[in-house]
Order: sequence, then C-alpha cells, then structure tokens
Amino acid sequence: MIPINLRLNGELRAISVEPHHTLLDVLRDDLDLTGTKECCLVGECGACTVRLNGRIVDSCLVLAVEADGGEVETVESLADPSDRSALSPLQQAFLSHGAVQCGFCIPGQLMAADDLLRHVAHPTRPEIEEGLAGNLCRCGCYYQIIDAVEATAAGAAGEQK
Amino acid sequence: MRPFEYARPETLAQAIALLEHEGGRARVLAGGTDLVIRLRDGTYEPAVVIDIKRIPELAPAIAEVDGLVRISGGTVMTDVADSALMQRSFPALVDAARVVGSVQIRNRATLAGNICNASPAADTAPALLVYDATVVCFGPGEERRIPLDDFFVRSGVTALAPAELVTAIELPLPSGRLGAAFQRRTRRRGHDLASVTVAVAIHDRGEVRLAFGSLGPRPLLLVGRVGDEADLIARAVAAAAPSPTSMRAGPEYRLAMLGVLARRALDAASASLRGAAA
Repeated sequence: MIPINLRLNGELRAISVEPHHTLLDVLRDDLDLTGTKECCLVGECGACTVRLNGRIVDSCLVLAVEADGGEVETVESLADPSDRSALSPLQQAFLSHGAVQCGFCIPGQLMAADDLLRHVAHPTRPEIEEGLAGNLCRCGCYYQIIDAVEATAAGAAGEQK
Repeated sequence: MRPFEYARPETLAQAIALLEHEGGRARVLAGGTDLVIRLRDGTYEPAVVIDIKRIPELAPAIAEVDGLVRISGGTVMTDVADSALMQRSFPALVDAARVVGSVQIRNRATLAGNICNASPAADTAPALLVYDATVVCFGPGEERRIPLDDFFVRSGVTALAPAELVTAIELPLPSGRLGAAFQRRTRRRGHDLASVTVAVAIHDRGEVRLAFGSLGPRPLLLVGRVGDEADLIARAVAAAAPSPTSMRAGPEYRLAMLGVLARRALDAASASLRGAAA
C-alpha cells in the first residue's frame, strides 16, 4: 500500500492505496463515493468522469496513486454539500429536460457538461456535442442532454422547452 | 489488474537508472490513456510502473527556443490545442491534437506518448512529420535527437533504446511561409480511432510534404514539389499498405479515401498558404 494525500471534494484526505488500483476503484470501493460509475474501463464511455487537478479525466485510466498531492472532484461535489437534495442548476436541468432515463451515464455527463460550461459560458450545440463526445448514453438521450446543457447556459434551468 | 510496483522518480537520472536496472520489467507511465488499458487487459505485465510526471524537465511546457518550438514530454493534447504559439505556427498539429479521443483523453494523453506508442493510427503523427519534428531522447549515454521519420519503425516499435525516455519534441519554426492542413476519416463523428489520417504542408519555396497514417505498419512521409500534386497522391496510394483484416475499414476503402483526403488536404494547405500571402 502507498500512502497518498489528496483534496477530495474540498476535504483533505490521507489514505493508502494499492499501486494497481485505479482512481475509480478507490473512489468507489475504498471511499464509498459510488456516484462515479464503472463501465467500459477503456476510456470510451465517460461514465467514470471526475475532475483531477482542474481537468476532467476518465478515472478508470488514472492510477489512484497518481492523484497524490492533487485535487479530485466527483459528481458528489455538484450539489450543495450542506443539503444534498439541493441540486445544482445543471442537475436540475437534466431532470426537467428528461435527460435522465436509466441514469447510469448521468454522473459522467454532468461532470463533462459542468466542465464545458466552466470553459465556455454559452456553448453552441456543436460545442456541446464535442464537449460531451467522450460520454456515451445507451438510452440515447443525447438531444435531451444537449437541451439541458443549453438551458443551463441560458440560465433557464427548470423551464421546459 | 495484476499487481505491480509503482515508482515516481523525481529526476531524469533516477528515471534512467530505474529503467536500466529493471530492463524489460518496467513500463513508463505518462498520461496512461493507453498504458492503463494494456495493464488491465494483460497485454503488459510489468514488475514496476515508472511514473515520469514528477520529473521537472518533463513538466508540461511549450516554449520557443532558437528558431524552434520545444514541446516537453509531459505536455498533453489539451495544452497543444490551447497554445496560442501552436495555433499560430503549427495549425495542422493543433487540428490533430483536437480530435484525439475525447476531452477526458486529451486532458491526460501526452503528445510524446502518442509518438512512443507508435500506433499507425496516431492522430498527431502525420502533422508532426510534415512539420519536420525531431524527437529528443535522454538515456544512459548522451541526449539524442532523432528525426521523427527515423523514430517510427513499425506498429508499436520505435527507435527509442530500452533505457531511454522521450523528453521533448522539437518543431522548427518555418523559415518562410507555410500552408498546412490535417484531414481525418473516422467511422463516426466524435470519439473514434481514425481509418485514414493525412497532413500536408506546402512551403512557399515550392516544397510539398504529405504524410499519412492508418494505412500500414507506420505513418509515412512523402516529399514533392508544387505542381506535382497528382504524382504525390499516386505515390502515397502506391506506398500505402492498409490492413486487410482491420475491423475499422477495408483496404479498398482506405486507399480510396487516402486519395480523397490527400487532395482535400493539399487544397486546404494551398488555400492557407495563399491566405497567409494576402
């Protein structure tokens, strides 16, 4: 086991990890943050998307030990930490636009969409498609997801189109 | 994933010493977007994984020095795509870096890693070839500079010695005006490996450089002159050796698309050269 320190969703944590365990393994199995999903394990589907040191990554392709000294933010960081039922405008927009069917890909979609909106305040639809190209949705809710991101950017979360 | 030891050298010398000591039992970890997949599927079963991201010389950096641009070994695709210097001087490479994987992959995958993996489909390889890239390698002996065209051997194999690391990629700043373009064919829009990649650079002195990938064991570079474009395309198609069994595209399709994309890249590079002249 290797001791590592990281800031996880704003909180300093000192943990020990196996060198061959990924950041995804450790988040889900050791730290009980199961919002981040395990799916393809080859960096294609984006279900395991988290932010590492300010940039989104596929946590299935990052060794946990690589996060040593770094900052990790997961989907659990999006809602108000003092009131987990208080969803962020982006999360609320996903619900109100019907973007969530089975829901499995949604944590990754949210992390990618949140990252896009941090970089581009008012993305075009092609920019949203490109920003979310690393996140697959097997239910096929792409239009609703893009609508939700667009609505969030327009400050119109919660309004039906 | 099979267990392995993890080493995180803090100097180049430590990293090289580890590589020499461990020999073939070590694997180098930069971005990990290819390595971790191969660790998981058992393609690689190293005793030790050497993470080179804390070595100061490899920290992400794109800098202009003495008429060339030096891209450090730890520089990721997002850094390349977002760099104003790269956008100004090497737009075809920026276009290639922008289509590697997804945002998540580009935030992690290094340019040097794309070259070291030596995938025939490496998106950045054709652009680096037409821009005359040099690979800076550091090992037990002296620092070596290998022209990228000599660095690629075949799929997955490079001229890098066992205990060497790529510390940087250097691109000469064009001495005159240069028009360049990148073209790529995938099965679908978005995140996919390329069936054909083509890059072209046309120099105002009349030299035309055309490189392509995904059509044989390694990316290839051909050099011709303005006015001989049809001949250059014919030479490219003749030199290509697409896989007969790839699931991504059949050989006939790839050869046909090489001709189409080469023509488009030549036209776009030529238009960009004329635009630069205006």
